[in-house]
Amino acid sequence: MAEATTARPTGSRLRVALLLALMALCALGLLARAVKLQVMDTEFLQGEGEARFLRQVETPAMRGSILDRSGAPLAVSTPVESVWAHPGELLQAADRIPLLAGVLGENAEAIERRLTQRADREFVWIIRRIAPDLAERVRELDIPGVFLQREYRRFYPTSDVSSQVVGFTNIDEVGQEGLELAYDSWLMGRSGAKRVIKDRLGRVVENIEQVREARPGQDLTLTLDRRLQYLAYRELTRTVSEHQARSGSVVVLDVTTGEILAMVNVPSFNPNARDLGNPDGRRNRALTDVLEPGSVVKPFVVAAAMEAGLAYPDLVVDTAPGTMQVSGHTIRDIRNFGELTVTGILTKSSNVGVVQLALGMDSRHLWSMYSRLGFGQVTGTGFPGESAGVLRDHERWRKLEQATLSYGYGLSVTPLQLVRAISAIADDGRLRQPSFVLGSDNPVQTVMDPSLAGELQDMLETVTLPGGTGTRADVPGYRVAVKTGTSRKVGVGGYGDRYVASIGGFAPVSRPRLAAVVVIHDPGGDEYYGGAVAGPLFGRVMADALRLMNVPPDDVGTLIARLGDPQ
Amino acid sequence: MDTGPIDLRPRLLRFDPWLLGLLVVLMGFGLLVLYSASDGSTGLVWRQIVRLGFGFGLLVIAAQLPASFYRRWAPWIYAGGVALLIAVLLFGVGRGAQRWLDIGLIRFQPSEIMKIAVPLMVASWLHQKPLPPTLKDFAACAVLIGVPTGLIVVQPDLGTSVLVAAGGVMVLFLAGVRWRWILLGLAGLVAAAPLIWSRLHDYQKNRVLTFLNPESDPLGEGWNIIQSKIAVGTGGLTGRGWMEGSQSRLEFLPEPHTDFILAVLSEEFGFLGVLGLMALYVAILLRAMVLVGQMRDVFARLLGGSLVFLFFVYLLVNAGMVSGLLPVVGVPLPLVSYGGTSAATLLTAFGIIMGLYSRRKFMK
Repeated sequence: MAEATTARPTGSRLRVALLLALMALCALGLLARAVKLQVMDTEFLQGEGEARFLRQVETPAMRGSILDRSGAPLAVSTPVESVWAHPGELLQAADRIPLLAGVLGENAEAIERRLTQRADREFVWIIRRIAPDLAERVRELDIPGVFLQREYRRFYPTSDVSSQVVGFTNIDEVGQEGLELAYDSWLMGRSGAKRVIKDRLGRVVENIEQVREARPGQDLTLTLDRRLQYLAYRELTRTVSEHQARSGSVVVLDVTTGEILAMVNVPSFNPNARDLGNPDGRRNRALTDVLEPGSVVKPFVVAAAMEAGLAYPDLVVDTAPGTMQVSGHTIRDIRNFGELTVTGILTKSSNVGVVQLALGMDSRHLWSMYSRLGFGQVTGTGFPGESAGVLRDHERWRKLEQATLSYGYGLSVTPLQLVRAISAIADDGRLRQPSFVLGSDNPVQTVMDPSLAGELQDMLETVTLPGGTGTRADVPGYRVAVKTGTSRKVGVGGYGDRYVASIGGFAPVSRPRLAAVVVIHDPGGDEYYGGAVAGPLFGRVMADALRLMNVPPDDVGTLIARLGDPQ
Repeated sequence: MDTGPIDLRPRLLRFDPWLLGLLVVLMGFGLLVLYSASDGSTGLVWRQIVRLGFGFGLLVIAAQLPASFYRRWAPWIYAGGVALLIAVLLFGVGRGAQRWLDIGLIRFQPSEIMKIAVPLMVASWLHQKPLPPTLKDFAACAVLIGVPTGLIVVQPDLGTSVLVAAGGVMVLFLAGVRWRWILLGLAGLVAAAPLIWSRLHDYQKNRVLTFLNPESDPLGEGWNIIQSKIAVGTGGLTGRGWMEGSQSRLEFLPEPHTDFILAVLSEEFGFLGVLGLMALYVAILLRAMVLVGQMRDVFARLLGGSLVFLFFVYLLVNAGMVSGLLPVVGVPLPLVSYGGTSAATLLTAFGIIMGLYSRRKFMK
């Protein structure tokens, strides 16, 4: 092989040198690349890398409960679990899908079909919001690609009884209506956050740090009494159905504090149901809907007249012949009452009598009294959607208007405004801001002289005594003061045949503690007078309320004597 | 050599201790990275050790065989390899591409054999021919290189075909082929480029296109390149530490223990780790070049130089791919990536180089 060693390839040295240079160049290129990626761009690329696995995840905070005045729950959040799957992973263990479906009571084929359709996704809900014990069984199956997610579900133990007051949240537990909305930020709490490492499939591999502790929402204790809510709702439902009425509201107030003890409405809705039903049932009519109050406002007219020095309880007013002409319109009583004292005007609810008192005084006196009692102004509870009602300025009142205003037409009020005004009489002239939340500091205004309020209390007691319009509202053992009202409703083309039956009052008269108002819209039966329709309901609710609030009877002796009487 | 003087210092085993030592260090380091890249799978590491052991056995055997043996057997090895390539096309297995031949106990890629067989064949063809090669010899060598390359391209396996062709072309280059023919060949390649492009599979086209602009399809074809670059960059100067690589551990990095193992190494050992690895490779290349440089036999020089170059191309293509400089082709990081076939090939190649070197003095 001599020729091999001697006949060396020409230019071989040049070529080897070229080759070495080329290789060195390539090596330098790689080196430069490494420097660029690992030294110069490292921060950017590290950020990009962390963006792929570092995640900040929210840990949901439990929403605060809503409790009644004794601590019984009206709205509570309960932990539930939702099941989701990573389709690609779960389909690899497709033979275990029937097992999962069996535990959940779902159709295995439907689940598999859904997963197959979404096979390119990373996340598919299997089922949402199942009970913890069921979730535990899913966890025990330990099927790859199946994951659990903690969620909270809002539950309302009193269901439709308190639903309009308490309100409800949406699926993400954000308040939508009622006190859930009004106190949303208080109840909501603050979700926590933690930094975690997730792998490409989104599984949490490691918790790095707690960025922020989840702070659970605070509880909200209401002034409502759950037992009284139940009783009032039951009675209201019964009355509305007995009288084939369209709707109704009952409000019970503690006159010494302004606390709302009960507020119920019919129709109602079940906030636990997925379908909340007719929006009609979701309104808290007791403070969103207004009515022309009718005769219920007569005590306030009498108060204005007495305050102006134009009347006193025993002043005799002639109401004969039971009708009266004002600006070409006829004002009627249900019959001719003849001569009535001012007290009698309230007892019999004489329109003619009260109009005479109203027309006898300056419009400013009447307006001032109505205004001081809060008509035309929101009560300040902060409840969403509360109505202010309408009270026109007295300078624009005409004579007829001044007359009709005295028996409750031409102004509109909410049931809550009405019960608050009545409680001002009951609390010796002190008007309090009503409240839903226990421990609220309710502002107080003195709106009439205590002695005037005291006289009115006694005058109104006559309404429940024999001969009055509200005898069916009495409560055994207690002195009860009320004023009934029956107003025609405005329909198309003026006042028609539809009525609002109402009654408002307080007890016990010797030391007033509770005030209540009942409003029944469109009673459909033969009876439509406030005393007949709303009166018995008022009596039953007031009796329950007095008992539940441990209010001692006015005259224990009389009561014992009556209970002891075998007849 | 058959006619040469008897070896006065007969040795049972012929190998170069320096080169062997460097190779062992590289493989050891590779196993360390592999353990991390496979997420601490000792089973996988053991399998790799067995494969490396098999490759090491090939090295020892190859180092004992004289150049005459290779020269004599070159045509048969080459012919057998081509036959196997045809068999792969007929009976091969594999997902998407037919690259593997399944013969009972082992599955292997016949294209691997060609990485050595082609330069071996070309070198032996040119051994007793006048140098620089005549046009006739040049054409013959072109056919010898072209046939297996073509067979591998249609498998399809772009990465391996490049390596096979590179080995053969390198022999021609070292043999002193005229520059004008080289330029002519390059011109022909450029002219044929559109034709080749039109014959490529869609996934191959996509790889090239996404290589040019990986951000155009960040969730699909560009994913590999972007994730790999991120993993490399995340390492920084000193790395995140062994077993601490985030991108590979969390499965963000594709193929962490095979083709993209360099990205794992970059993330965990940082720039300094990469420098260390590169120094190891350069040392191996330099030592191998020194051995080849001392050979006097034409056949040995051509074959040895070509095999060293093959090793370098492996490294260049893989590192370029991982760092986003070259398109993604399935070329492993030599002697570090998980897999037995390329390790067996490369260790055999080093065995051949050692064998040729140890007998250099007894060749005239």
